[in-house]
Amino acid sequence: MNLNTITELKRPSSLADIGVWRDGYSFLAGGTWLFSEPQVAVDTLIDLESMGWTSLSATESGLEIAATCRVAELHAFVTPPAWQAASLFHDCINAFLMSFKIWNAATIGGNICMSLPAGAMISLTAALEGVCTLWPQNGPPREVSVVDFVTGDHQNVLQHGELMRSIHLPASALAKRAAMRQVSLTQLGRSAALVLATVAEDGSDFLLTVTAATPRPIQLRFTAFPTTDELRHALDRRLPLDAYFQDVHGSAAYRQHITPYLAEQIRAELA
Amino acid sequence: MSRYDVNGRLYAAEPQPGECLRSFLRSLDVFGVKKGCDAGDCGACTVHIDGKPFHSCLVPAFRGDGCKITTIEGLAETGEWHPMQKAFHDAQAFQCGFCAAGMIMTAVTFTDAQRADLPHALKGNLCRCTGYRSINDALHGTCNIEPDVAGNALGASLANPFTSEILTGRARYTMDIAVANLLHLKVLRSPHAHARITGIDRSQALSIPGVVAVYTWEDVPKRLFSSALHEDHLVDPDDMMLLDDVVRFVGQRVAAVVAETEAAAEAGCRALEVEYEILPAVFDPVVAMQPGAPQLHAKDHLSNSGNIFCTLAGEIGDVAQGFAEAFAIHEQTYSTTRAQHVHLETHGSIAWKGADNRWHVRTSSQAPFAAQKKLAYVMGIPARDLHVFTERVGGGFGGKQEMVSEDLVLFATIKLNRPVSWEWTREEEFIAATTRHQMTTKVKIGARKDGTITAMDVEVVSNTGAYGGHGSETLGAAMASPIAAYRCKNKKGIGHAVYTNMTPAGGFRGYGASQTTFAIEQAIDELAVLLGIDPFAMRRRNVVMPGDNIESIWQEPSDASFGSHGIDECLDIVERELAKGNGIVKPEGADWLEGQGVALAMLECGPPTEHRSGAEMRLLPNGTYHLACGSTEMGNGITTAHKQIAAHILGTRIEDIDIINADTDRTPYDTGTFASTGTVVGGKAVHLAAEAMMADILAFASRHTGVALDQCRLDNDAVFCGNRRLSLSELHAAGTAVDHRFSVNRRAYLSPRTIAFNVQGVRLAVQRVTGEIRVLHSVHAADIGKPINPMQCRGQLDGAVAMGYGWALIENMVHDDAGRMVNPQLRNCRIPSFADTPHTDVFFANTIDAIGPLGAKSQGECGINPVAPAVANAIANATGLRFAHLPFTPDRLFARLAAHS
Repeated sequence: MNLNTITELKRPSSLADIGVWRDGYSFLAGGTWLFSEPQVAVDTLIDLESMGWTSLSATESGLEIAATCRVAELHAFVTPPAWQAASLFHDCINAFLMSFKIWNAATIGGNICMSLPAGAMISLTAALEGVCTLWPQNGPPREVSVVDFVTGDHQNVLQHGELMRSIHLPASALAKRAAMRQVSLTQLGRSAALVLATVAEDGSDFLLTVTAATPRPIQLRFTAFPTTDELRHALDRRLPLDAYFQDVHGSAAYRQHITPYLAEQIRAELA
Repeated sequence: MSRYDVNGRLYAAEPQPGECLRSFLRSLDVFGVKKGCDAGDCGACTVHIDGKPFHSCLVPAFRGDGCKITTIEGLAETGEWHPMQKAFHDAQAFQCGFCAAGMIMTAVTFTDAQRADLPHALKGNLCRCTGYRSINDALHGTCNIEPDVAGNALGASLANPFTSEILTGRARYTMDIAVANLLHLKVLRSPHAHARITGIDRSQALSIPGVVAVYTWEDVPKRLFSSALHEDHLVDPDDMMLLDDVVRFVGQRVAAVVAETEAAAEAGCRALEVEYEILPAVFDPVVAMQPGAPQLHAKDHLSNSGNIFCTLAGEIGDVAQGFAEAFAIHEQTYSTTRAQHVHLETHGSIAWKGADNRWHVRTSSQAPFAAQKKLAYVMGIPARDLHVFTERVGGGFGGKQEMVSEDLVLFATIKLNRPVSWEWTREEEFIAATTRHQMTTKVKIGARKDGTITAMDVEVVSNTGAYGGHGSETLGAAMASPIAAYRCKNKKGIGHAVYTNMTPAGGFRGYGASQTTFAIEQAIDELAVLLGIDPFAMRRRNVVMPGDNIESIWQEPSDASFGSHGIDECLDIVERELAKGNGIVKPEGADWLEGQGVALAMLECGPPTEHRSGAEMRLLPNGTYHLACGSTEMGNGITTAHKQIAAHILGTRIEDIDIINADTDRTPYDTGTFASTGTVVGGKAVHLAAEAMMADILAFASRHTGVALDQCRLDNDAVFCGNRRLSLSELHAAGTAVDHRFSVNRRAYLSPRTIAFNVQGVRLAVQRVTGEIRVLHSVHAADIGKPINPMQCRGQLDGAVAMGYGWALIENMVHDDAGRMVNPQLRNCRIPSFADTPHTDVFFANTIDAIGPLGAKSQGECGINPVAPAVANAIANATGLRFAHLPFTPDRLFARLAAHS
């Protein structure tokens, strides 16, 4: 929709071009959320496309994803065969409520910075132990893991004017085996729960990531492969009813009911 | 200056910095790009940027700079249709057509993998009309149409006459018009559920550049009216004003701002300073009926009955005695949700003063004539000075049987003497347009051991919201056909339509009958279970038959009558098809439970109140015909059906009959296209007009040639008088020479009303842990008489059944404790997508109606009614649990499923 309060568009090629941050500024990445709701508090868009960041670069240490990388680019990206967990790329992209047309515009960084519980790129990058590089307004870049980046529904650690530059997925996580389950109240709808796990080839380092069911991603790490009971007890301890998210896409009670069920399915698949 | 290549044409233009591409393209008069949601959910605005599909409402316009942008208008590059447009033509993969451009622009980009997985590929394209069946057909190359052959019009699956315009983006919906000197109107809506406005400071708003005027309750005519549209305005209470000093629901208009741009009008709304005195609010109709509840409307001492707008009650026979005779009695309270129509074209109107010194209102309405009368009353101007018309309407479903956008634009135009436009947002549709009435229905029903129903007792509480339009009529419908469908000597009922501080309810496909059908059809199943009787047998034993009194809880003589009777056949079809199966097995695993259910619905074809329609026909100089009928075409296919009725009578092709509809200047009066009347009233008028046209032609031909009338006959484009052949153009010329005009006008009224039935069968699987429901087999049988156009009738049923599944399984308008809707966006308040919508096998009973025109009955409305109860009955059959409250979303089912297993 038209954002009729916008009076200025900045198209910076570096952080310095942006100048001093003030209220009314908003970064613009894909625009797929920004243009989907009225933004009456915003008067200036700062287009990140003009930063010209390389979307994806695979190295021995892992995958570097620019914040401005389009979802469609990640979907089309051919990963090295050793990265077994890259199967999650398509799983999570398909978990979006939104269609493939949105993938052509929406960005990985934009989805993470939106910090919605059901942000499927949060699910993906959290499960793959991603680390964000953030550019504060003043001071040197800092790194924050994705799982710590999102702090709640629509909440994250970004400070005033701070910019997400990239997300690094370590090769060690990409090399693990992975599985994912999702449940929605409608067919192919918005996730009520999106649960993922990765595990090392030898069954160690089982990392369960609960998303969508909780306001922020929750991770449970097991050095040895858990039993059904161990997984269930760990989830129950970590996630009481009030730790679950409640909205029109699922009640907290439903999410509490369904999360251990999905987790157990994943455990069984990876066993 | 930025440069845009749109469909090969270059534009040098500078969009506003926050403008989206959709709006920018439309500002270039590229109107094939539609606004359905403006939020990336519906896909109606899909365009290609350098070959890739995008939702143009989410694309900042500046990003199109230097790109090649293709819209539906540019798809046929060489002038030849794209094969996808041809496929949509052949399958008739649209009804109102508002989604078609976006569907096509999306589908042409599909890879083979996407074509093989349409549920995923079509996630971003919503259609509210078709139930996606015909869209699926288009993507599989299915042809659903037959050729237009003279003499074969009746019963032929002919293409929609506006197909070409719709599929190329040239069809002009309400807002698809460039008007010079246009002003834009926006309204500030109430944040409070109940408040008195104690002050509005408009000075800041008026100081915003571009703002032309601000209107508040102080400025408008003090005439009470109802936004509901009916033939008889007295069936709805006059309880609202253009702008009021009391707001009674969150979303009610507080003030209107008119400005040179939408942006300025929005800014003007934000700049208004309004002081409210908050009043206590009530949202639950049961609470609202209690003494001491907050009162919504001041009434005089004669009519003061608190918040109860309307009570209907009656009894036939002796219900107490009937229950005494019963072997088994079932008693349960059922409830249904409010729902939004989600016609993809939002409400909107444009008004201006014409060179004829009259006021013209271009609008999106199901009832332009009723709107004209009401507008004339509210504005205090003669109706003859007012022209209300539609060109192409993007869906209605009852939501446009309401005057909610015409009034303020006309008021502002009269005040300012400039054209004024107002286009609603999708959010406004959710918070401020009408919804289906939420109803709670308590049913008590008893039967003898053999299944014979001995007594029925029904109590209904209907939440009519802040205003009472449609409140009594929907309650009347709720208390009528669902109860009358069963033969029983002893019936009793009481129903209340109650004011609350919720969004006002209104007309919605199924109109009250959907709500009580949901309750009664489940009660019938529960009673059958108690008696150990098969649900089909239970219905066969009790459903009304010719010879039975067709009565609900009143014994007054009724004009409803069996012009045909196809319920037996419908029940047989659904039972047979479910037994035969469709080869789709339930998902593997013990967690999946399988069950099937059935429900029926009866429809009295048309409202019990007055409804009338006129049709005018003329023979044109070239020997073709002109047909004018006031009915609204909104995807219901009524123009196709009317042309087919006329073509059948006149023995010609529908292509040789041009048609104009829903225009108070250019068509005869029509009450409105609602209450299942397009075929049985409008169609009847067309039938009579076409017969009169033929009689007029033959009488003139006889006089002109001197051949006896009984030796004259019409043969497509000519008249044979004896052996002499005169082409109709020759005949017209001969008539013109003696001032014979070949024009006729006929009127039709609705009485008697015939009776139609629909039966829905569902086999489904329930996942007992996740609560997911998968429909495995969906069968619908309709007793709609002779289908004028079988493809269209099937399409109406596909769409009605899909809407029924949406109501049963998906749609959920959620409000907080303060009466604010929590999810007024399509991504948060879902309607069925392709993935959600099961394929339904649609069958017609082989009935030819003795009352309806050419044997036809109503077909677009009632298909929705048996769907939700059939789903409920199937869930009960699968799980052993009765879920009596909509919607059946997994998070509302899981707890009882878990406790039960």
